[in-house]
Amino acid sequence: MSLKSKSISSKGSLNEDERLKKISPLRVLLNRPELGALGGSILVFIFFGIVAGDTGMFSAYGMLNFLDVSANLGIIAIAAAMLMIGGEFDLSIGSMIGFAGICIAIPAIYWGWPLWMSIVFAFAMAVLVGYFNGIMVVKTGLPSFIVTLAMLFILRGLTLAITRLITGRTQVPGLRVLIEDDPLAWLFATDTFKWLFTWLGSLKLIELRTDGTPLATGIPPSVIWFIALTLFATWILMKTRYGNWIFASGGDKVGATNVGVPVGRVKISLFIGTAVASTIFACIQVLDAGSADTMRGTLKELEAIAAAVVGGCLLTGGYGSAIGAAFGAIIFGTVSMGIFYTDVDTDWFKVFLGAMMLIAVVFNNYIRKKVTESK
Amino acid sequence: MSDYLVQFNNISKFFGKVIALKDVTMRLKKGEIMCLLGDNGAGKSTLIKTLAGVHKPDEGEIIFEDNKIVFDSPKDALDIGIGTVYQDLALVPLMSVTRNFFMGREPQKGIPFLKTFDVEKANKIAADRMGQIGIDVRDPSQAVGTMSGGERQCLAISRAIYFGAKVLVLDEPTSALGVHQASMVLKYIVKAASEGLAVILITHNVHHAYPVGNSFTVLNRGKSMGTFQKKDISREKLLSMMAGGEELDKLEVELQEMDRIHNKN
Repeated sequence: MSLKSKSISSKGSLNEDERLKKISPLRVLLNRPELGALGGSILVFIFFGIVAGDTGMFSAYGMLNFLDVSANLGIIAIAAAMLMIGGEFDLSIGSMIGFAGICIAIPAIYWGWPLWMSIVFAFAMAVLVGYFNGIMVVKTGLPSFIVTLAMLFILRGLTLAITRLITGRTQVPGLRVLIEDDPLAWLFATDTFKWLFTWLGSLKLIELRTDGTPLATGIPPSVIWFIALTLFATWILMKTRYGNWIFASGGDKVGATNVGVPVGRVKISLFIGTAVASTIFACIQVLDAGSADTMRGTLKELEAIAAAVVGGCLLTGGYGSAIGAAFGAIIFGTVSMGIFYTDVDTDWFKVFLGAMMLIAVVFNNYIRKKVTESK
Repeated sequence: MSDYLVQFNNISKFFGKVIALKDVTMRLKKGEIMCLLGDNGAGKSTLIKTLAGVHKPDEGEIIFEDNKIVFDSPKDALDIGIGTVYQDLALVPLMSVTRNFFMGREPQKGIPFLKTFDVEKANKIAADRMGQIGIDVRDPSQAVGTMSGGERQCLAISRAIYFGAKVLVLDEPTSALGVHQASMVLKYIVKAASEGLAVILITHNVHHAYPVGNSFTVLNRGKSMGTFQKKDISREKLLSMMAGGEELDKLEVELQEMDRIHNKN
């Protein structure tokens, strides 16, 4: 019997060939967390290409529509994914969206603050909420599921109670007029690449309104934010020391602490991340709708977690990717919009969402076994 | 200057009324492998944690390179060069070899605020270091989960050495391993010692300890039963000293008795 295990060989011996044979490119690809979501996205596009190819879903306007929905979900899904990789959950994302919404609307409408100040205020509140979630989880050692579930109720309740107390209603309209000339609001409310759409319209390549302007006027801000956040999160996870700490904190809290990773600080910052992402989501939606609704964002936390899981994040932490979560969001966004273009009743969307998530979890579990397979 | 790199003199540790350690003394020279033997509950874990700076000794002193040292945290012990590899190894199976090797101490490059984890450099060092101990890492970005138990143990030891350990404290490095894997790890430990490290090897397996150890300290119920040079003590003597001895003798008698009864029927 040889004393060497399969991958051990004495120094200097030629083993280049053996090495190359061992890992096929397919294996490498299979080990990437985002594979499932990427494959899923392609399947979804093929499906709707066949079923709804001639319905206008894939016109410029239709595409921007489902990309906008995907992008909004993606913004929170990426933050949720990073937190999940770090080994924690945030169930207060949806409530934070509603809360951030009124943090923008009430000061701007009722207290006469300039819009930019309300937006800054909302982000400051987000940092506080995230910090509180994080410090509670880190200091008490309670499961984040419980801590953030409590936060889900607290924030939603606060949102409702404060709004009704101050305004007597549950909606705060009237923001649209404030957007113009605001030094900050444009970040969340400007369609970009308008010239491109005007130009395409002038060439009659995309659909036009009766007055000759294109139906799709530009790339919505959500899509730009979505792309920027995907790139930023991926850079952090793959290319920075902090990214390594996120994986380590989620993979093995005790081990990471023993070798000097500041696990507590990493987790707290990730909780702040999800709260801030919720606030970006809220800014975009509130400024787009021109009003804040106390029920905005309900159940979004579960969609964000679902997208992260479909994107390859393990529920136990330590594994996953931001790109995966982005594709997870694209799958959900595309299906939720695409279903309108088919004959299928939209009631079936939730069924699809659940089934997709179940398949993803089973698949992820299999991948994890593969990755950690001992020789 | 004394001969010893590190001395633990008359260390005692109490938890409330419980005497976890009493007057334990250990002295190590450079290049020496000292095996710390003892049955479960003998106080091995408490002693390691005292060496690693997790616990402060209630009595006694730690002298490192002729200076008296007081550890306030595990980090202090690490900083002066006492590297402890715990049983759980502090490795994350889902992360790559490189990412584990540099976990918490990642090399960086780039301008301030935009510093990036220097993956190429880290990959190179990790692969080099693993190569030096005869583990050919085909791909430093492969997950640690794909490695064998022995390879993981070697990775953890190699990491401790790379980050400046002069005294290496190994907690049961072979307990979960098969014969081949264990011999691979032991070989590496001998190699590390031959390069000038002092090694404290904690184990309850005399058969693993005896071939590699230079000296043996036996713990029993929180007390040291003495330190013995290899030439002064046999494997059997060591085994019987580890409290297990008497009991094993008794067991043998009992088994013989059972056998006798069985044969009679």
